[in-house]
Amino acid sequence: MTTATISGATISGHRGLQMDEPLIFELDSPGSSGVDLPAPPKTKAKTRLGAVPVRESVGLPGLSEPEVVRHYTRLSQKNYAIDAGFYPLGSCTMKHNPRLNEKMARLPGFADVHPLQPMTTIQGALELIDTLAGWLKALTGMKAVAMSPAAGAHGEMCGMMAIAAAHDHRGGPARKRVLVPESAHGTNPATAAALGMVVEAIPATADGRIDLAAFKAKLGFDVAAVMLTNPNTCGLFERDVRELADAVHQAGAFLYCDGANFNAIIGRVRVADLGVDAMHINLHKTFSTPHGGGGPGSGPVVFSQALAPFVPLPTIIHDDDGYRLVECQDEDEGTALAFGRMKAFHGQMGVFVRALAYTLSHGADGLHQASADAVLSANYVLAKLKGTLNAPFEGPCMHEALFDDKSLKDTGVTTLDIAKALIDEGFHPMTVYFPLVVHGAMLIEPTESESKRSIDQFIATMIGLAERAKEDAASFHAAPTLAPRRRLDETTAARKPILRWKTR
Amino acid sequence: MSEIRFTKDHEWIAVDGDTGVVGITDYAQHALGDIVFIELPEIGRQVSKGGEAAVVESVKAASEVYAPVDGDVIAVNNELAEEPARVNADAEGAGWFFKIKIVTPAQLAELMDKAAYQTYLEGLA
Amino acid sequence: MRYLPLTEADRREMLAVIGAASVAELYRDVPEMARLPGPIAGLPNHMGELEVERLLSSMAAKNVTAGSVPFFLGGGAYRHHIPATVDSLIQRGEFLTSYTPYQPEIAQGTLQFLFEFQSQVALLTGMEVANASMYDGATACAEAVMMANRTTKRSRALLAGNLHPHYRDTTATLARFNGFEIVAGAPAPSDRENLIDKIDTTISCVVVQSPDVFGHVHNLTALAAACQAKGALLIAVVTEAVSLGLLTPPGAMGADIVVGEGQSLGIPLGYGGPHLGLFAAKEKYIRQMPGRLIGQTVDADGRRGWVLTLSTREQHIRREKATSNICTNSGLCALAFSMHLTLLGETGFTDLARLNHAKAVQLAEKLGDLKGLRILNDGFFNEFTIDVGRRANKVVNKLAKRGILAGVPAARLFPDSDGLTDLLVVAATECTTEADMDALARGLGELL
Repeated sequence: MTTATISGATISGHRGLQMDEPLIFELDSPGSSGVDLPAPPKTKAKTRLGAVPVRESVGLPGLSEPEVVRHYTRLSQKNYAIDAGFYPLGSCTMKHNPRLNEKMARLPGFADVHPLQPMTTIQGALELIDTLAGWLKALTGMKAVAMSPAAGAHGEMCGMMAIAAAHDHRGGPARKRVLVPESAHGTNPATAAALGMVVEAIPATADGRIDLAAFKAKLGFDVAAVMLTNPNTCGLFERDVRELADAVHQAGAFLYCDGANFNAIIGRVRVADLGVDAMHINLHKTFSTPHGGGGPGSGPVVFSQALAPFVPLPTIIHDDDGYRLVECQDEDEGTALAFGRMKAFHGQMGVFVRALAYTLSHGADGLHQASADAVLSANYVLAKLKGTLNAPFEGPCMHEALFDDKSLKDTGVTTLDIAKALIDEGFHPMTVYFPLVVHGAMLIEPTESESKRSIDQFIATMIGLAERAKEDAASFHAAPTLAPRRRLDETTAARKPILRWKTR
Repeated sequence: MSEIRFTKDHEWIAVDGDTGVVGITDYAQHALGDIVFIELPEIGRQVSKGGEAAVVESVKAASEVYAPVDGDVIAVNNELAEEPARVNADAEGAGWFFKIKIVTPAQLAELMDKAAYQTYLEGLA
Repeated sequence: MRYLPLTEADRREMLAVIGAASVAELYRDVPEMARLPGPIAGLPNHMGELEVERLLSSMAAKNVTAGSVPFFLGGGAYRHHIPATVDSLIQRGEFLTSYTPYQPEIAQGTLQFLFEFQSQVALLTGMEVANASMYDGATACAEAVMMANRTTKRSRALLAGNLHPHYRDTTATLARFNGFEIVAGAPAPSDRENLIDKIDTTISCVVVQSPDVFGHVHNLTALAAACQAKGALLIAVVTEAVSLGLLTPPGAMGADIVVGEGQSLGIPLGYGGPHLGLFAAKEKYIRQMPGRLIGQTVDADGRRGWVLTLSTREQHIRREKATSNICTNSGLCALAFSMHLTLLGETGFTDLARLNHAKAVQLAEKLGDLKGLRILNDGFFNEFTIDVGRRANKVVNKLAKRGILAGVPAARLFPDSDGLTDLLVVAATECTTEADMDALARGLGELL
């Protein structure tokens, strides 16, 4: 590590509360451990390993408990987080993560139960899943829900598998085409392709929405589904969704809805009434469960009547005998058409507990208010910033406000520069360069859990940066200068990948 | 003396008899930015005009490289695996991708010459 | 409503700035018939912490917790002791409430622990590289088969009969829709399955689990050679990560890809999720790998740092040509795993593995003395299969009534297979006491 070139470099490499922290491998004190284990019991046989030889060593470093605590505490201090500040990452719904959720998920009755215990010993766990499933159905008006998908993209896969299974069951010529708006999340085409489908991207209209006529023209009896994000990735509600759904259904296809932006409409719009056949819900977005630096998530999928029979295993049945998990197709007549299994066991229980704690905390009235506040805050950002930045589409927007880089033209400052300058100002940048349909996109999602004071501070900062961009582009190119690291060399990282620690 | 032709997808092909050397244009390398990886076709593969023949990646983008004309791959520039930056440095020379035996020479006439490609680029700006 | 900071005055002021009379006006693009004028009828309204806690605690109280009884379940999820440090530190808000590290300058904490995690997983599995995690072992397994199909340009996968059935079913489900073929062996509880003879040049990969779902451990060396001879990849599956502290790792036996479940380190049973998918491979296959990868680099001042790298494999860039559709993975679970492993260190981890094996040997010796009971395994790590001579699920239910969670009936894992009804898979870990073992032996002794 060279520290000599840094202005204000210190001898230790530390800067006040920012500590330089080596890798665990560089902190190795051979023989040290942060865990004291009991001695193994006396047994007649020394080992009973069969044909596999014992390994000689693993190569792990040894650290004591205090060293481990300090290591991870110092690492944590290099992260931005919702707890620390405004995190308006569009399409990611970085809302407050209540600590009650954490406390509930750690109740031994939820955390310390095994997925293969006898049903009689886990009635409360099944009740919790069933209760959350009930809320998800009530909030969307949909008929069925698959709880097992582990994240949004996994939910997409589940939904599209159900659609493929329904087409299979119906028979007729193969349906392999999937129509997707150009502005879709990358997961949509990736999911369809993984299922052997052919993706066709349809350009949007000038108002940032689907081109209904273009979709209708592309529909046919070889189309399996249309995948629509609604509200869409430009932060707009797809007004023509009903007409699109009708056309899709007329062609014998299904309408898949990417529910990543459900936070805008939860408790205010009935998804079932939009003609949707399947939609995943990101519990780690809309239902406040923590992102944890990239997971775990949970992506239950709600289904219409037409797709309900194909919901994957396992499912839960609640009758007079209590709750029962159906893990095998022929255990129950209702699951004869179940299309398969998404993952091991029964879903992201720990995330379910958090999501239900959140749902109960808000209740029907709270959720109705939460989506309203999310949409109100985004429109407020749009109204306050559209004089400064260019908004490519007319409002009202839903829960996120989209700007492009037109107003930065000729300043020499790019969208990326604005993002990096925001870091020095103490904010997490918005989503940049997505959706792809807008040049230099900046997608701002304030969420309902941000105070007006905090939103106003962000707005004032953005206006200030836009002013500065006209005079001092160089300061943007150098940004960030106050973060734990300055801009990182991603080219070298990709050209000569170093993906793990190795002894020199 | 070889003759160089260009495609609308920003590939070039330098023709010498019945062989052609293929790469991406300087305009393309500039648009992609720092190139970090190149996936080359296997020797012996048949490529067809407009069909995917290679992939070129920068940090944040991946683009297909299409065969300008039908042909059989007879050589590839293995040095790009170690040093993809060659494409940034000299896209239309040392940064060549692969060499083909041209199967359908008539297709060359459908490609642009240097002047036509220049005009085409001006139209894109 | 404690999670909503906007006041009524704020809302009025903001509406005025926007120029809208009401929030309803902002929803004007939504078809009228789908709009809800007020909270959904029939659902409860908001609750305070106390009420939520009361309600959820009452549900939790209906479950029998593993820690409260003699407990012997495994089958892909294992009860291990989690050091207090782990659960405390993963709850630091900077870890818990951050997103995927898209802005590396302010996500070095997440990036560095993931780099350390990748390094640890590579060491454990004996492989050259590992990714930053998958959802769980089963989905990692399915993705590994897809990766082998891409790499070999073949589309027929051979699955060992003793692969965890949930892993098999997850892979088979993907196969059904992706269009590749699965050849899955029948479960072989007595460990007699000849995979080598089934390998030919149409097979993209062989998927084999060790220790397998019945607890048998396998030397993969000959299988790896057979795969290599036919141009197929060997995918090794590990569902009990602690076993890697004692057994020769799959990488050292010639595996091309190692996938597994990391729940055993730092992650509670949690009724089956969220757990942690591990994914490691030989470096030459790196461009075909699914999921996120963290790479080392330097910043503008030349200081070492970490970034997401080789992203062109991923869905947000490559879209329909991505190696996988995965986006969110299991970041916080990876942190818990990595932290637990860091606490253990070389001596702690290998000692923990030895302790687990010794506990299982002790259990086997106690159960082996019982009449009417037969142990099927020659070799095992911390889990083995017993034949109880009568329907194992009935035995389990009877013992559950006596307050013993006795194990996983093989028929629960393989409901479609015959001949497994009397088999029970039992596991012991460092959490299992001698008193627990005696209770199980006594309970079984009385029933058999």
